[in-house]
Amino acid sequence: MKKPVFAMLLGGFLGIFDGLSALISAPQELPNIVGIVIGSTFKGVIAGAIIGLVAQKTQSMAITLAVGVTVGAFLAYLVTIGSPYLWEIVLPGSVVGLIVGFASVKYRGPATSRA
Amino acid sequence: MNWISDRAIDRLRDAAAWPELDDRYTITGVAGHGGMGTVYVARDQVLDREVAVKVLDVTDHQGSRAARLTREAHILARLDHPGIVPVHDAGVLPDGRAFYVMKLVRGRRLDDVLVGAAPQAVRLDLFARVLDAVGFAHAHGVVHRDLKPENIMAGAFGEVFVMDWGVAQDGAADVEPAVVGTPGFMPPEQAGAREVDARADVFALGVVLAQLMDNEPSPALAAIAAKAQHADPAARYQTVEQLAADVARFRNQDPVSAYRESVLERSLRIYRRYELPILLLVAYVVMRFVLLVAVGV
Repeated sequence: MKKPVFAMLLGGFLGIFDGLSALISAPQELPNIVGIVIGSTFKGVIAGAIIGLVAQKTQSMAITLAVGVTVGAFLAYLVTIGSPYLWEIVLPGSVVGLIVGFASVKYRGPATSRA
Repeated sequence: MNWISDRAIDRLRDAAAWPELDDRYTITGVAGHGGMGTVYVARDQVLDREVAVKVLDVTDHQGSRAARLTREAHILARLDHPGIVPVHDAGVLPDGRAFYVMKLVRGRRLDDVLVGAAPQAVRLDLFARVLDAVGFAHAHGVVHRDLKPENIMAGAFGEVFVMDWGVAQDGAADVEPAVVGTPGFMPPEQAGAREVDARADVFALGVVLAQLMDNEPSPALAAIAAKAQHADPAARYQTVEQLAADVARFRNQDPVSAYRESVLERSLRIYRRYELPILLLVAYVVMRFVLLVAVGV
């Protein structure tokens, strides 16, 4: 599995829990939780793709973490447009980007054989 | 005056005892000695490659031992598998000794691998290849009957060869029940000269597996080896494929059929299998908790 694929899967995986965390930070959103989880998962997959590509290109922990936090925050910010929640979405989104960035740099992928 | 050392004399004596093959093969050394004969290293002049030549020690080419050697060559010729040494040629030397020519296998015997520091995962990988080769032989009606680490060669690139098919049982009825094999690796029915089937090899493979395990193996792996070595053939794995499937399940950190794990063991196994996503999820939950407590979002 290549880094971008790994990061997309991880972003989607954490996105599920990121969406579910709305039950704690904004319990009144319970009726909308399915849409929140779907949107958060999609956001995690997109963020994972970008972060995974950066990790693959740079192999740099500092750059990938910075890009991870920024992308996570930015995509989360896009979600908040028209919503009363800003930090409730942006901060957890940044955390997802941070973890995906860290894991993507650490992930070594499959062993490759040389002819 | 220069004297020839005793060692040099021994070498000359050994060289003088080397068999004379036809022009095609030139003996260049001795690879090893077995119960039936000697395996020589030779050069195939036609194909310009090194080969191994197994030569019977006795000259009676119509005797039972010659028949056994010839049968071994026929079995090997029939079993076309990457884990079984291919035979190139067979015949009788001018002095009456039967021989056959096979691929020269370079590597270490499995018992030498056991002495080394190969991790259990590597040893189990080799074992899985042995299972594949033996399972292939069983599918062709051949029971090895003398499986042990000394009869398994491991190459430098992870390839494995199951060797020494001299006492193999070819089909169900072609061999009279007799005590053949190696004590410690024979199941009770084989040691008692009763009829054996593929489950005799399952028993021997269980012994081999027990030797391949770490000093403190996991209960699941120990249970697999114990089930394979059960004294009652009906209580063993009935086929090598079943044994291989359980070993594969163990290697994949799945539950094995030979062992019923506790809730704690199951939890630990699942944790080891999904360690990375679990740790990442825990990291997220911790950071999310910190956000909730510190920032209130």
